[in-house]
Amino acid sequence: MKISENYIAFQTIVGKEIKRFTRIWTQTLLPPAITMCLYFVIFGNLIGSRIGEMGGFDYMQYIVPGLIMMSIITSSYGNVVSSFFSTKFQRSIEELLVSPVPDHVILMGYVIGGVARGLAVGFIVTLLSLFFTELSLHNLGITILVVVLTAVLFAIGGFINAVYATKFDDIAIVPTFILTPLTYLGGVFYSINLLPEFWQKVSMLNPILYMVNAFRYGILGVSDISVGWAIVCILGFIAALYLYAIKLLRSGKGLRQ
Amino acid sequence: MTTALSIKNLTKTYAGGVVALKGIDLTVEEGDFFALLGPNGAGKSTTIGIICSLVNKTSGSIQIFDKNIDQDFSGAKRYLGVVPQEFNFNQFEKVQDIILAQAGYYGIPEKKAAERTEYFLKKLGLWDKRDEISRNLSGGMKRRLMIARALVHKPKLLILDEPTAGVDIELRRSMWEFLTEINNEGTTIILTTHYLEEAESLCRNIAIIDKGGIVEDTSMRELLKKLDTETFILDLSENIENVPEIDGFNAKLVDSHNLEVSVHKGQYLNDLLAKLTQQNINVISMRSKSNRLEELFVSLVESNLS
Repeated sequence: MKISENYIAFQTIVGKEIKRFTRIWTQTLLPPAITMCLYFVIFGNLIGSRIGEMGGFDYMQYIVPGLIMMSIITSSYGNVVSSFFSTKFQRSIEELLVSPVPDHVILMGYVIGGVARGLAVGFIVTLLSLFFTELSLHNLGITILVVVLTAVLFAIGGFINAVYATKFDDIAIVPTFILTPLTYLGGVFYSINLLPEFWQKVSMLNPILYMVNAFRYGILGVSDISVGWAIVCILGFIAALYLYAIKLLRSGKGLRQ
Repeated sequence: MTTALSIKNLTKTYAGGVVALKGIDLTVEEGDFFALLGPNGAGKSTTIGIICSLVNKTSGSIQIFDKNIDQDFSGAKRYLGVVPQEFNFNQFEKVQDIILAQAGYYGIPEKKAAERTEYFLKKLGLWDKRDEISRNLSGGMKRRLMIARALVHKPKLLILDEPTAGVDIELRRSMWEFLTEINNEGTTIILTTHYLEEAESLCRNIAIIDKGGIVEDTSMRELLKKLDTETFILDLSENIENVPEIDGFNAKLVDSHNLEVSVHKGQYLNDLLAKLTQQNINVISMRSKSNRLEELFVSLVESNLS
């Protein structure tokens, strides 16, 4: 296909994805907004006021970047895994497979769809957080870069999950048993400096710690780890997962008999 | 003449060892209306699946017009439109959106995509349903939606896998007319169907596949010539109690006013009717006991079984 035709195909997939998650906004945009408001009220106002400062900021300000990042991770992953698995389940993925759309366009289309939902949810949660605390912006460039890269990474993760999934249970396993624990243990609610040395080292193995801290640096200017190293790690993960996802598409794993 | 589809030594062994195709060869010329018939599990859908990339082949080669799928699958797919056996569109999308999205996958610009969508939805009687959620359509409408979707990029080769399954007679006939029309306009069509009268009335050439192998590949005319015996049911004007003696013909009574007669190759219906007239037996009407192609199909598949 020509570049212009590939671009039309890409636009079509992204447009479909955005249309899908905005059509069912009560399932895709509203729940994270309500959940995060509860986090702000309970952990920020009620419990947070008794915790005091963390990293030089009051507790509410400290956890807001982590909570925004948590909602972006969950939404970008969830969008792709549910949408792509649904197309597999309904067999409408065959519309794409029989067409001349190259594999990388299919992958990028779904990934950008996931990124769009991640960013939409991140924007809504950020707006809501302003009702509970003041947010400064330490470094706009790093904030945007980290948000977009993280959304891309987890959207690709969601795609790979969907390719392997054979039933609806399979698309809930990774978010429930892997993503949620890693996010909660990834420094959303605390600084790893509070942990004993051994658990600090263990925490360094958690990739979400890097994303949460790099984002927190962008907003507040504080981080438990090197921001440069965090961005390199995220880029490395994106490259590895992208290549793996393309390999799965080429082989037809879970898609072709 | 240009070859629309050339399949050479195509094999498919599924994971688990089931051999679905045992090295089939098939050629379909441009402009043909071609029937690919076979009993359930014979390998029809596997063959179609491989052609349109929903099934990975084990070995062999496939060329669609000038594109070999191993060298330029993307180019080959541009020539191809597929109407699958099962409904495979998003049940929650609007009719119009399904067609527009398919056009987008082929890189067709928005304006042209909208024009073609309107044309094909009108052509297939679905324009009034364009804003309907697809799951609310009737079975026949869903089939027509898949045909419109397969045609939106104007394929040169259209493959229809049982397109009229579950469709009422009136709608089936209108679909036949439509398919004949697009075939006359130059689209090569490959049809699989279990309605053998459909294949007989629409298709010029035919291949019969059974147990993963091609057991017959010829023109419809040549195939029907192989029919040795055709059985007719005669509707008699008056009741009879015993089977009449008709020299040279095998007859039996279906009931008191219906007679079943077998006519072998080389025998004439005029003779049969003349002999009945001599016995004062008058025939009001007659019909084939079964479709001619059906008789041949059954005999070919049965001989392959033995």
